[in-house]
Amino acid sequence: MDLTVGPNQFFWKAEDWASFYDSLATAPVSRVVLGELVCSKRLPFFQDRIPAAIETLLAAGKEVAVTSLALITLKRERKLSAELVEAGIEVEVNDLTMLAYLPEKTPFSVGPLVNVYNEGTLGWLAARGATQVCLPPELPLDQVRSLARAGADMRVRIEVWGHGRLPLAISGRCYHARLHGRTKDNCQFACEDDPDGLEVSTLEGQKFLAMNGVQTLSDTFACVDHQVELLRDAGVSALRLSPQTGDFAAVCALYRGRLDGRVSRGGVAAALLEAYPGIRLSDGFLTGATGAEWSGARSGAKVEA
Amino acid sequence: MMEIVCPAGTPASLRAAVKAGAHTVYCGFADETNARNFPGLNFDRQEMREGVAFAHDHGAKVLIAINTFPRAGAEALWYSAIADAERAGADAVIVADLGLLAHAARHHPGLRRHLSVQAAAANADVINFYGREFGVKRVVLPRVLSVPEIAAIKADTAVEIEVFVFGGLCVMAEGRCSLSSYATGKSPNMNGVCSPATHVEYHDDWGALSAKLGGYTIHRVGAGEPAPYPTLCKGCFTAGETTGHLFEDPVSLNAEALIPQLAKAGVTALKIEGRQRSRSYVAQVVRNFRAAVDAHAAGLPMPQGMLASLTEGQAATAGAYKKTWR
Repeated sequence: MDLTVGPNQFFWKAEDWASFYDSLATAPVSRVVLGELVCSKRLPFFQDRIPAAIETLLAAGKEVAVTSLALITLKRERKLSAELVEAGIEVEVNDLTMLAYLPEKTPFSVGPLVNVYNEGTLGWLAARGATQVCLPPELPLDQVRSLARAGADMRVRIEVWGHGRLPLAISGRCYHARLHGRTKDNCQFACEDDPDGLEVSTLEGQKFLAMNGVQTLSDTFACVDHQVELLRDAGVSALRLSPQTGDFAAVCALYRGRLDGRVSRGGVAAALLEAYPGIRLSDGFLTGATGAEWSGARSGAKVEA
Repeated sequence: MMEIVCPAGTPASLRAAVKAGAHTVYCGFADETNARNFPGLNFDRQEMREGVAFAHDHGAKVLIAINTFPRAGAEALWYSAIADAERAGADAVIVADLGLLAHAARHHPGLRRHLSVQAAAANADVINFYGREFGVKRVVLPRVLSVPEIAAIKADTAVEIEVFVFGGLCVMAEGRCSLSSYATGKSPNMNGVCSPATHVEYHDDWGALSAKLGGYTIHRVGAGEPAPYPTLCKGCFTAGETTGHLFEDPVSLNAEALIPQLAKAGVTALKIEGRQRSRSYVAQVVRNFRAAVDAHAAGLPMPQGMLASLTEGQAATAGAYKKTWR
């Protein structure tokens, strides 16, 4: 299995953004998707850094794609999205609007925010030019298996959300702005202060979600440490690692080590919890009863018993 | 005149809505093919045939919602729903999934296709794409757009526009939200349910009533206060120093006052949410909206505030339509 680094979901300062992609040049991943996914207002702050990042990654032998926005509404966003096709780099479609701009027979990839739940949809997208599809994170393992099997017949590589806060919802309303008593048009970029999202907890102080402008994520960081063999057996081609602050190249190396057998089952989770104290992990969408569940917690309980 | 599109969770509601003046009724089969897959709700095949016949006899149309995303390996269930909708005489099917739309267009070309709100088509380019590729004649817009945004969309498309005007309010782009499955394992896209009642618990905490969904406490009210249903996006949470309804207040949508603006924006049909509601609720909402569109068509002033007592938790909002989000 290969590793893909998905687009950064958060709003980072331009220099942090640029050095992140510099650091990926030497990270053990084969594919990088970059660009702005969540909010078009963020783009002007780092847009001029994108060409250099692409060049660096291509020179390092990585496959590179640029993402579309997750929710395209405004005229400006439509224009921006149409122009993305002309850049000459593979586009990762995260809003089906992109299909209105992509010429027939132009190969493209499909991101996790497009609803690919079944073989019919996968087949339609494959016929239209999709070569790689990252499945929606909420899909359980048995459906991943069905789709990976179908993908093999259609020559579409199937990717699964492997690591990082889960994208759970996207809205026309900006919650960071709302929290600060502002509207979306006058947000004053409140999301910039939360480079991994802002923690949202329940009335009992239980950590639950993370706010990221118009996007809502899980508090937990998805981690497929315990499902690597199952996913490989299912025929999954790649795992997606979603950017976060800290030494992300080290996170990539952990997963690469796990795929190559140099890190044992449970080793990725243990190393993550040590490197990022206080974070919580989940893998429930794949094998649990709810998305928030973590099978590491279950096996831990067994050991104690 | 703008078309009133009313929910019917049961055959009795369908008849009540038609008698109350609904131009169109929408409903679903009693299985996971529709986004209101609640116990005791929806239509078996015979009830659907009879419901369509009743509506047609009274000059009303029936739309059948087949608007969840077919499960991998089990698409036959959704394909048979499309075939049975055509057989029942439905005036259109309401579909969200790309693959299912392609199937319907190919195998049931004579069956009119509407794009469900669950497809979250939020701009003219993608709406025209659905029109071009799958012959979609009408789109139900997500509830995240303002009236000027709706007018701008209609200016760029020949596809008919249907918008929600009353009932539940999704603040997230519909069909693109897995908050519910994250907390409970059940989602609108896969199971046709959101924040399901099977996962709700109420607790008496020292006189205050707490509401939990999937074990997460997302509401607490004092003794005697009305306790809103714990829908995730309308829950009470803490972020930073703030505790409150961080995503949306426990309100429901009421855009009756915006009927003239929506008409001017080029909207074809006004949709009322609530297939899970009682037939008396449906009949009352339908009567009021029918009176409002009739008044508007006749150039008379809009009747105001008719539906205030019917809104969830007694609080209503015009949602994104009034541009307050932007």
